[in-house]
Amino acid sequence: MMNSIILNAATRLLVALLLMFSVYMLLRGHNLPGGGFIGGLIGSTGFVLYAIAQGAPATRRALRAEPQSLAMVGLGIALFAGVFAVFFDDAFFTGQWLFIGATEDDKGLPISTVLVFDIGVYLVVFGSILTLVLALEEEV
Amino acid sequence: MAGGPAGWISVLIPAALFAYFLGFVPAVSDGDVILLATEWVPSLDIRLSVMIDGLSLTFALLITGIGTLVTLYSTKYLGSHPEYPRFVLYLMAFMVGMLGLTLSDNLLALFVFWEVTTISSYLLIGFNSDSAKSRRSALQALLVTGTGGLALLAGMILLGNVAGSFELSVILQQGDMIRAHPLYVPIVILFLAGAFTKSAQFPFHFWLPNAMAAPTPVSAYLHSATMVKAGIYLMARMNPGLGGTDLWFWTLVIAGGFTTVFASVLALRQTDIKQVLAYTTLMALGALTLFIGAGTSDAIKAAMLFLVVHSLYKAALFLMIGVVDHATGTREVGVLRGLARKMPLTFVAAALAAISMAGIPPFIGFIGKEFLYKAGLGLEQGSLWVTGTIFAASALMFVAAGIVALRPFLGKLADTPKPAHEGPMVMVIGPLILAVLGLFFGLFPDTIEAWLVAPGTWAVYGSPDVSVDLYLFREVNAAFILSMVTFATGVVIYVFHRSLRDALGRLFAANPIKFDPGWDRVLDGLKALAGWQTRILQSGVLQRYLFVVFATLAIGIGGTIWTKDALNFRLDLAAELDGLLFKHWAVLVFIIAGALLTAYTRSRMTAIAALGVVGIGVALIFIMFSAPDVAITQLLVETLVVVLVAVAMLKLPHLDPVGTKDRRPWHAVLAVAVGVCVTAVLVAVLQGDIDRRLTDYFEVTSWPEAYGRNIVNVILVDFRALDTFGEIAVVVIAALSAYALLRGTHYKGRKPDTAEDET
Repeated sequence: MMNSIILNAATRLLVALLLMFSVYMLLRGHNLPGGGFIGGLIGSTGFVLYAIAQGAPATRRALRAEPQSLAMVGLGIALFAGVFAVFFDDAFFTGQWLFIGATEDDKGLPISTVLVFDIGVYLVVFGSILTLVLALEEEV
Repeated sequence: MAGGPAGWISVLIPAALFAYFLGFVPAVSDGDVILLATEWVPSLDIRLSVMIDGLSLTFALLITGIGTLVTLYSTKYLGSHPEYPRFVLYLMAFMVGMLGLTLSDNLLALFVFWEVTTISSYLLIGFNSDSAKSRRSALQALLVTGTGGLALLAGMILLGNVAGSFELSVILQQGDMIRAHPLYVPIVILFLAGAFTKSAQFPFHFWLPNAMAAPTPVSAYLHSATMVKAGIYLMARMNPGLGGTDLWFWTLVIAGGFTTVFASVLALRQTDIKQVLAYTTLMALGALTLFIGAGTSDAIKAAMLFLVVHSLYKAALFLMIGVVDHATGTREVGVLRGLARKMPLTFVAAALAAISMAGIPPFIGFIGKEFLYKAGLGLEQGSLWVTGTIFAASALMFVAAGIVALRPFLGKLADTPKPAHEGPMVMVIGPLILAVLGLFFGLFPDTIEAWLVAPGTWAVYGSPDVSVDLYLFREVNAAFILSMVTFATGVVIYVFHRSLRDALGRLFAANPIKFDPGWDRVLDGLKALAGWQTRILQSGVLQRYLFVVFATLAIGIGGTIWTKDALNFRLDLAAELDGLLFKHWAVLVFIIAGALLTAYTRSRMTAIAALGVVGIGVALIFIMFSAPDVAITQLLVETLVVVLVAVAMLKLPHLDPVGTKDRRPWHAVLAVAVGVCVTAVLVAVLQGDIDRRLTDYFEVTSWPEAYGRNIVNVILVDFRALDTFGEIAVVVIAALSAYALLRGTHYKGRKPDTAEDET
């Protein structure tokens, strides 16, 4: 933890921006550079910054959940997204798609298990990195 | 009944199965082969297929029939033991394994059941787990038979590939093709390694006498009547496919013949009756190996008959000695005398079984011996060796029968640790039934011939054209005369057997080659080797681990380049470099500068920052060659790594500021070597055409099939989602392990290792 007023002040803004950016990267990943992996890295960078500025205990409070639990939940979500296909007589991890409001020319709003899977990846990366960083911070 | 519900359930199951298998006798004795199959692991070509022919039915009836008597016996013998239900569980597991082994038509399924019997045998030998001797014997049996099992698995895979199927019913019809195949010799060696260890053939014989540390019902059931015959079963089963060559003939005939004589001599040396029986079991296993190897129709017939005969009398004798042990508290031949009056029923069982073992008419044992002689005399090659070893072994068996069943029961009653009394009925009934069966089959040999021996012979010989005709006595021929000479020899040896035993004891004491202590030395050597290599490899110093990892990488890549002559091309360096733009040169300089700074700086913080510079330079390369996803990931990971390492570094000692201690020339050499090798392999790869089939496929299908334009992401979350799932599982496990390590060492004040989390 560093006692720097500038860092402290900047962090409040940066964490929010980074988290929002990370969700943006996650959602656009299927068509443009991004995705769950990159999103998770960006999101965790935000909290790592927070941990450096405010210390590990404050970060844990801000997270509201244990980071290792977040990682496990992410793994569970990814598994669920994979198993979901079995209910539709497909092989494991076959993407299932639903196009809301689709017309002849427009595919509408696509909702898919592939996105759910990517959210799982996001949480795994996010949770795993924070697990490590916070444990290291507290160790030192 | 003693033993509670576990007791009667354990008796009912084998009894019901025995009745069930009896139902197959009429069909099988007509020469039918019953095949049943269901898919088990279809992707690995493992089917749960069952083949019931004469051989497997004979085994199934022995397993369930003797199993019923043994479990009944155990209700009294072990029923009050606090761990009795556990014993029943192991025994049932064994029975399942043994039935599966003998009935399975699929080699791989057979192997699984083979290992089930190995493991349950281990658990049963070590049942008295508070005795160090039991534990050692159990482990010895496990290691010897387990090693053989591994060899067997390798042999089965080879055979499966050669024959194109793992189904025995298919393999055994291709005998001529298999025997002519270049892999025939390794297959036979591997199969025999499995069979010889399991059936305790010389030089793997030493585990079986030690296995007698198991409770007596186990010895009777596993280590005499059934499990040790699994190796015999395997050789008999494979005979139509692998047998009939000189290699098969001589290996089996020499190993079997040697084992049979060696074991029967050793049997005379023992003073513990159970040990005498253990060695005579070895003798029987040797004889069976010998006759399966001999391979003529007469020899197979003799082996199949002897298999049943031996199981009957040997199980009876083992159970009998358990009763005696239970009643008197000892199994020493020197102590037991005159028990006949106190234990009349046990004596009857012992005497009947022993007469069969000695090969005296009109018992089935006599017929068994006659057919062994007949087959031995009829051999075209090796006749003298086979007949000679069987003669020696039979004469010594005669003596052993006397030692086991005559001496303890006749004469004047001697003092025993416990006062002798008749055993309980449930324990005496088993040996009695088995012994009486020996007499019944001797008087009516047609029954056993039609039910078991003839169909069994057809299965092992591989053709149903062999006529089997058992008889007690027909004429005075060479075999009959040999029998009479055997009796005479046996009587003479029996008269002198006590002084012979002392002489043998002195002889073996002087013998420098001892298998059992030799086994200990092998194990000690193995442990020392394991300790030595662990101390070398697991130094606990992170630098050395990394050194080993990178040295392996350099040697692996460099060695492959060298042996494959991969650098055999002309590289036009000038033309290659000509294509580089200014920005490429700039990044290159950037990376090289960062790397040099990392290596030469005296400050850790500078080193880490410089390493970050290298990473960012690599990310720039990704951007220039349009891989934005990879570049973003690389940048983020670099950032996080610098933060992580910087945090961890606060705990590390300072670098040597003068810079003499930290000079590590070997590390420099290794770093250069890895760099050169990786560069060389990349250049070599770029010389050839790159296979773009996958790239093309993803480019074409990404949008129409997976509705995504970012191919990298589509591959990650859709085309290769299972791989990604595996990777994120690894990420979570790595994070949790690092977390546990950091937390676990927290209070001991140790330095944490840096665990990085990159994928």
